[in-house]
Amino acid sequence: MTTTSREANWTKWMRAAVAGDSGAYRQFLHAVAPYIRAIARSRCRRLGILESEAEDIVQEVLLTIHLKQGTWDHSREIGPWITAITRNKIIDVFRRRGRRIEVPIDGMMDSLQAEEERPELRPRDIDALVGKLTCHQQEIVRSISIGAASIRETAERLEMTEVAVRVSLHRALKALGALYRRSAGED
Amino acid sequence: MKTDELIIILSNDGHPLERLWSNLALGAVVGTLVAATIFFAAIGFRPDIAQAAQTIRFLFKFAVTISLAATAVQVSFKLSRPDWDFRSSSALLIAPVLLAGAVGVELLVLPSGQWMSKLVGHNARTCMTLIPLLAIGPLICFMAALRHGAPSNPGWTGATAGLAASGIAATFYASNCNDDSPLFVATWYPIAILAVCAAGYLIGRRALKW
Repeated sequence: MTTTSREANWTKWMRAAVAGDSGAYRQFLHAVAPYIRAIARSRCRRLGILESEAEDIVQEVLLTIHLKQGTWDHSREIGPWITAITRNKIIDVFRRRGRRIEVPIDGMMDSLQAEEERPELRPRDIDALVGKLTCHQQEIVRSISIGAASIRETAERLEMTEVAVRVSLHRALKALGALYRRSAGED
Repeated sequence: MKTDELIIILSNDGHPLERLWSNLALGAVVGTLVAATIFFAAIGFRPDIAQAAQTIRFLFKFAVTISLAATAVQVSFKLSRPDWDFRSSSALLIAPVLLAGAVGVELLVLPSGQWMSKLVGHNARTCMTLIPLLAIGPLICFMAALRHGAPSNPGWTGATAGLAASGIAATFYASNCNDDSPLFVATWYPIAILAVCAAGYLIGRRALKW
């Protein structure tokens, strides 16, 4: 697939997602993850950082994309926005590790095709951070992730309303975003 | 947790449709109202505003301050999106260029003996106090709104918010101040405005990180 048609698909799916199509949103996230992974791995390699850390970057970028989707201007293509979020997060992550780097934005899109298919490595950060959420938030996050259960099934199992599960889930994700930021400040 | 699991979680979060644009617009409106309330409650127009409004020097102050406020609001909104960068800041030159042109004309039409007294004016200290004070409210509102954004450069975005807040503050203050010469405006207003920008930069660097 060419870069242009790939990005056109992302934009199309994300516009559908904004209109309420959660299937399109999942498709979008699945499609951008390998792209982010390829950037993260190539930067890690270039800077002599373990490639296993790349998956942590991928997850932080995906969460940021989710929490900051309001900053995407729907009338524009989404590719440059994703690249900008990824670049900013990679700079943050490497700064945490005491390195100042420049991540050139040009050419990022083109340098990535080859290794998209390699399997992901085990990430570490996210489990530690989820462990810092409140017990209730952890329960909801784990219920939805592990069993791949829907909001409705989680609501039934925890004897909550679906709305309450949704609200808790959203708060948990915002808290997770804040924990990533804070971990950046501490290191 | 695997990335695929994270994706399942994220796609179950529905769509928190938080529109950046409406947050920013709200921040700008509320910020302006706060500054207006403080201005009319505690400061007010200059007594001779009706006559002053007939003079080009008085009116020109607003051309500068309003263009500063409008361009800085617009640029700070743009910078709050990660895929915009410094290159979208060129509109910020409009107000300084207008003012520089006015200074040039003033130096031509005014005998050189009067330059210094026009520059010093009567209200330099008031100007440098009231502009930052009036800017506090709008600056807080802009910062609160910009926290919904994802600026690539939080410090610079904060400084631009400071510029927008002081543009609003200077617009109100200009209707109180009876020093209308561009020489006064070009000397004292920028000192006050740069102080607010510096505060915006320092606050933005911390508060606008995402």
